[in-house]
Amino acid sequence: MAITPPENRLWWKEPIHGIELGWVIIAFLWGLFMFFFMIAWHFIGQQNLSTETYRIQPWRFADKVEAFADEYQVVDENGEPVFENGVPVVRPPAGGDAYYLARLWEFWPILELQKGQSYRLHLSSADWQHGLSIQPTNINISVHPGYMHVINITPTETGDFGVICNEYCGIGHHNMTGRIRVVD
Amino acid sequence: MTAVNEGTYAGSGVQAEYRTCRFTGLKIERNAEILIRVNAVAAVVFLAWGGLLGLLVALTRWPAIQLLDAELFYLVLTGHGANVLVFWIIFFEVAVLYFAAAVLLNTRLAAPKFAWLGFALMIVGALMANYAVLRGDSSVMFTSYPPMMASHWFYLSLILFAVGALVAVCCFFATLVVAKEEGTYEGSVPLVTFGAITAAIIAVFTIASGAIILIPTWLWSLGLISEIDSLMYKLVWWGFGHSSQQINVSAHVAIWYAIAAMVLGAKPLSEKVSRMAFFMYILFLQLASAHHLLAEPGLSETWKIVNTSYMMYLAVLGSMIHGLTVPGAIEAAQRRNGYTRGAFEWLTKAPWGNPAFSGMFMSLVMFGFIGGITGVILGTEQLNILMHNTLYVPGHFHGTVVAGTTLAFMAATYILVPLFFGRDIVWPTLAKWQPYLFGIGAGGISLFMMGAGTLGVSRRHWDLALTDAVHAFEYPPAAYLMMALNGIFGVLASIGGALFVIIVVASILFGRKLDGPDAKLTFPLHDRSRESVATYGSHATLKLPGTIILVAIFFTAFVLYYFVNWMYLSELWLLR
Repeated sequence: MAITPPENRLWWKEPIHGIELGWVIIAFLWGLFMFFFMIAWHFIGQQNLSTETYRIQPWRFADKVEAFADEYQVVDENGEPVFENGVPVVRPPAGGDAYYLARLWEFWPILELQKGQSYRLHLSSADWQHGLSIQPTNINISVHPGYMHVINITPTETGDFGVICNEYCGIGHHNMTGRIRVVD
Repeated sequence: MTAVNEGTYAGSGVQAEYRTCRFTGLKIERNAEILIRVNAVAAVVFLAWGGLLGLLVALTRWPAIQLLDAELFYLVLTGHGANVLVFWIIFFEVAVLYFAAAVLLNTRLAAPKFAWLGFALMIVGALMANYAVLRGDSSVMFTSYPPMMASHWFYLSLILFAVGALVAVCCFFATLVVAKEEGTYEGSVPLVTFGAITAAIIAVFTIASGAIILIPTWLWSLGLISEIDSLMYKLVWWGFGHSSQQINVSAHVAIWYAIAAMVLGAKPLSEKVSRMAFFMYILFLQLASAHHLLAEPGLSETWKIVNTSYMMYLAVLGSMIHGLTVPGAIEAAQRRNGYTRGAFEWLTKAPWGNPAFSGMFMSLVMFGFIGGITGVILGTEQLNILMHNTLYVPGHFHGTVVAGTTLAFMAATYILVPLFFGRDIVWPTLAKWQPYLFGIGAGGISLFMMGAGTLGVSRRHWDLALTDAVHAFEYPPAAYLMMALNGIFGVLASIGGALFVIIVVASILFGRKLDGPDAKLTFPLHDRSRESVATYGSHATLKLPGTIILVAIFFTAFVLYYFVNWMYLSELWLLR
């Protein structure tokens, strides 16, 4: 019984049941497969989150995002800078650097990206931890204050994408959103 | 329960009072019995309170109801996590540890005064945590990620609770030493005790991680430390947060074996394999802190892959082994009990009306299919980005902790109450249905939360409609359906949970006393559960066709679901 000491005191010398042995081997090989598949995806897959990270003071990162937004804000046909819901719309250079700020309680600014172009997206928080959740494509990445995460990202579909905070960040958490637009 | 030969034994000069249980033949010492009782009662009280908070959470996330306002919702969600994820489970686990050491090894509980001290510290910690949360200034979620700060009472309460739990674990280890010294058992410890030892070893690691991070965080909340690094906190905190769930896994697997033995007379197929599987847990389960850090900056791919896979999935291997050996042991026992027709007569003729068995078997199936498979998917380095911090995560752990651990603990309670309170279970019909109500509810909660998470719905979020957000976003209608279904199954699970609490409390207070010479249990134990069985071989001749089919279904589901998720991932935006 499982609740009494093994009746055979030399239980470790008992032969293993064939069914058990077979299953141990299958499960072990499956584990090995899953392990090596993660490594393989770094070579064969196109979705491997970058780990490039820099330490940065939160206020310094906020300054960088402001400067980035000033430089690349979209202007309309009259030469006026474009805002949406009071937030500047910013078009980073294709293949270049983009900065995205998470803070209580918004993602700032609105990014306008080009489909098929790769961007170095610099991501950090001005205050608490936040969660970048790009919907409906469903990309979810943690955002820390003091750490600037540089993500290489290439949108593959056009449209307006919602950005929702999915790391609890206080009473305004459910109002924390942003927007990323992907154009052709 | 019934005292047949009550008396005082003197061992190593220590006076201890024993009685022998007439139904199980187990020798039960007085201090062990009382401490098992108080810890189990405390567990059920915190389950009732935390479960009620859980119902409020489910009803708030049901978009058509949205019961609580935002501030109260976040408060209640924090309280729900602390009470059921920690207090209910750890109190019950302490009872299980004392049972596995003192009772199964026929010995006395070592240092009962320290065991009482541990219990008192845990009670003070648990009450203080509820005080901190209800004050309203600690709605930081159970994870309390800095720089968001809770009241210092919150951190202190968790530290006190953890110290109390550590004292209890030490009493458990000391009891093992006493049993060995006084020679109260022969040969090796029983498999269930071995599983409990696994749980206790992981508990020490867990509590140490908790102390390493919560003590500085407490000092930070008092203004004595200027800053807690958010990434460092997360890494060490999850050594506590995730490892504590590994205590549960070890404990509930031990309970599966115990219930199979006590209700069906099941014997492990091979002691060696089952013990190796537990040993894998000791070596590798703690690496799972990484499961929460796969979408984090600043950690290398190598670190993520090695840790998230528990070093090449060796701990998953342990669970997959138990997934065969537990039903295999049940099938072998049932075939010996005479149910030999076809591949599945052993299962169809199993005691499905006994809540201890039905709860245990549902726990086994749902832990494997719902909690286990999804845990591996979530813990795959690249796949994690599809579900990190979405409702998929609580969906997964309600599959492990609620449908798995909690249901197994409930099942064990139906044996514990007659054994340690000497009272029979009241209202057998209700008791018979209780595990099904709770199990189906918990399974539904898990599945629908995971469904919503697959659609991108955020966890710990008050407003699915994002009504007051600057930039509007509409989740697909299916997400609303999922959240409504989650609410409905949440209600179902709550009814099952409430029934459990009522049945247990009523049984303890008013259940038929089992002290007569011919008292019978409503839900009988197996006659031969204590018998030394050498008549059926654990190897060579044994045929287990039913178990092989079940395991084949499990493996197919696992492999298919694994690759479906890689297919989803391959359609994602490119991240290079």
